[in-house]
Amino acid sequence: MPTFYGTQVDSRLMLGTAQYPSPAVLEQAFRRSGAGIATVSLRRESAGEGAGESFWGLIRDLGLPVLPNTAGCHTVREAVTTAQMAREMFGTDWIKLEVVGHPDTLQPDPFGLVEAARILSDDGFKVFPYTTEDGVLAGRLLDAGCEVLMPWGAPIGTGLGLNNVYGLRTLRAQFPDVPLVIDAGLGMPSHAAMAMELGYDAILLNTAVAKAGDPAAMAEGFARALEAGRLGYEADPMEPRDMAAPSTPVIGMAFLE
Amino acid sequence: MTYTVLGAGVMGLAVAAELTARGATVQLCDPHERPGPHACSWWAGGMLAPDCESETAEEPVTRLGREAADWWQARGVGVERRGSLVVTPGRDRAELDRFARRTAHHSSLDAEAIDALEPGLERRFSRALHFADEAHIDPRAALATLRDGLAAAGVPRVGMSGDGPVIDCRGLAAREALSDLRGVRGEMVVLRAPDVHLTRPIRLLHPRHPLYIVPRGDGVYMLGATQIESDSRAPATARSVMELLSTAYALHPAFGEAALLEIGADARPAFPDNLPRIRQRGATTHVNGLFRHGFLLAPAMARMTADWLLDGTRPEVMDDEDHRQRRTA
Ligand SMILES: Cc1cc2nc3c(=O)[nH]c(=O)nc-3n(C[C@H](O)[C@H](O)[C@H](O)COP(=O)(O)OP(=O)(O)OC[C@H]3O[C@@H](n4cnc5c(N)ncnc54)[C@H](O)[C@@H]3O)c2cc1C
Repeated sequence: MPTFYGTQVDSRLMLGTAQYPSPAVLEQAFRRSGAGIATVSLRRESAGEGAGESFWGLIRDLGLPVLPNTAGCHTVREAVTTAQMAREMFGTDWIKLEVVGHPDTLQPDPFGLVEAARILSDDGFKVFPYTTEDGVLAGRLLDAGCEVLMPWGAPIGTGLGLNNVYGLRTLRAQFPDVPLVIDAGLGMPSHAAMAMELGYDAILLNTAVAKAGDPAAMAEGFARALEAGRLGYEADPMEPRDMAAPSTPVIGMAFLE
Repeated sequence: MTYTVLGAGVMGLAVAAELTARGATVQLCDPHERPGPHACSWWAGGMLAPDCESETAEEPVTRLGREAADWWQARGVGVERRGSLVVTPGRDRAELDRFARRTAHHSSLDAEAIDALEPGLERRFSRALHFADEAHIDPRAALATLRDGLAAAGVPRVGMSGDGPVIDCRGLAAREALSDLRGVRGEMVVLRAPDVHLTRPIRLLHPRHPLYIVPRGDGVYMLGATQIESDSRAPATARSVMELLSTAYALHPAFGEAALLEIGADARPAFPDNLPRIRQRGATTHVNGLFRHGFLLAPAMARMTADWLLDGTRPEVMDDEDHRQRRTA
């Protein structure tokens, strides 16, 4: 099981807490997903004077480590301020760092991301950066103090799966010892299985579960896919090949025609 | 015996009206003389949309919500039974398919049919879902009608509850008594757009900024509403208002010329499953958790409360325990 900044978690799934039909459905989804970490996004409206307390209370009742994020932040300054607010509210120095580079595609701003990661790492945060599959950027994030990388599968909320399998495979090969988490863009359990087969350590989900017609069932679907994909990865799969290779030897078989 | 109803938002007024209509003696207790901006009910859109709500709400909301339109009409409230329309920008068509799959009692309209039904949309949409059985009301007029009806029936407003049974309908203010009640913040805008001519609620599906528009007559429209996990009743944020306005502008550019009449925000009272509850604690009956369905569910909740208090019929929405207390105990 993966270890993030020295903390071992007992699941390869991080699950988001936004957009569920109700907190009760959220709780059922978490139970059936077996998620090891709950991610929460901090809205400013919820921060002041304990306004979001009742919802955080429900999240705390899940009994999981919480990974707050800076979703919706477009500048370094905003992301840093949000991270500081989150540290105070949730009492954790973990932060999933999102710096949005484009309002439509929500793709990460690589330059702002590195800058914010450095500021936050220097300030004692344990940064989980939401990034692309770009290997050079990944190196800069590690230089900035990150010990985990969270490349996207596809843009946030699209459910397209792993858009650039080649790039993700290269990133895995380039950083064999860094915990890598596929964050964003997953829609179906098969996407999660594929992430595992590529050797990724974990995935982060939200929309795919929260917006499913039956979120709890979808959560369990993902949990099983993760298990299947990981088993496949650990079992050292066969190499794909171009030519058919019969599994039963043909030599000596009678020709009936 | 005198029943004291605490709180004169939509829930308290509906309970008081139902009990009074069935011959019980009732008094109302609310620090405010008349319905107003202090109550969450003041900020509602007034949609009676049980079918659309079934996209995310649990089954009882849809079934119980079907009682609403007739109940309001019987109390003298003007009910517009024109159904509602659900549309989506071209590139989010999949959203409309999903919405159609997860709801019922709708028909699919093409551009021609949309134009015949709601010419004010000016052929901006090539497809829509029509929920013909739905209705809408003006929530502030509805509150005033109930309040005036009670006053005419001689229901007094008192400063303190008496010794008799209490029905606590204080909405989110009852949090200290109901530890699993939370607020879900909603922000809305009221504007006057004389160049927009819409006659029924329109919902625009959008993955990030969904919007509904409820016509209030005379070119006045309510735009709603955000849904944020927060108890905050602070003024609406610029971001939320910008999102509401720009989505409305995308729906019809003439909203760009509208006069902003009001910007409002409040926190909806809700339990963890977003379903309402009737909960008996000693001599107090709590009726609460109407979430985004205050006007839709107050009629059924009032009926069940009266059945319980006057006939002893146990309501289906009754629970005896507080979920959070049970879990943390
Ligand atoms: C933006 C927005 C849009 C919405 N749109 C819709 C919609 O389209 N359709 C729909 O059905 N619902 C809608 N809702 C939801 C609806 O407004 C709520 O479900 C409903 O208002 C809850 O009513 P209530 O009577 O429980 O609480 P409230 O309306 O808040 O009433 C509580 C009352 O209790 C009184 N009170 C407080 N403390 C005390 C005390 N100590 N003693 C006595 N009285 C007290 C208050 O003064 C107040 O009058 C919307 C909500 C929002 C915020």
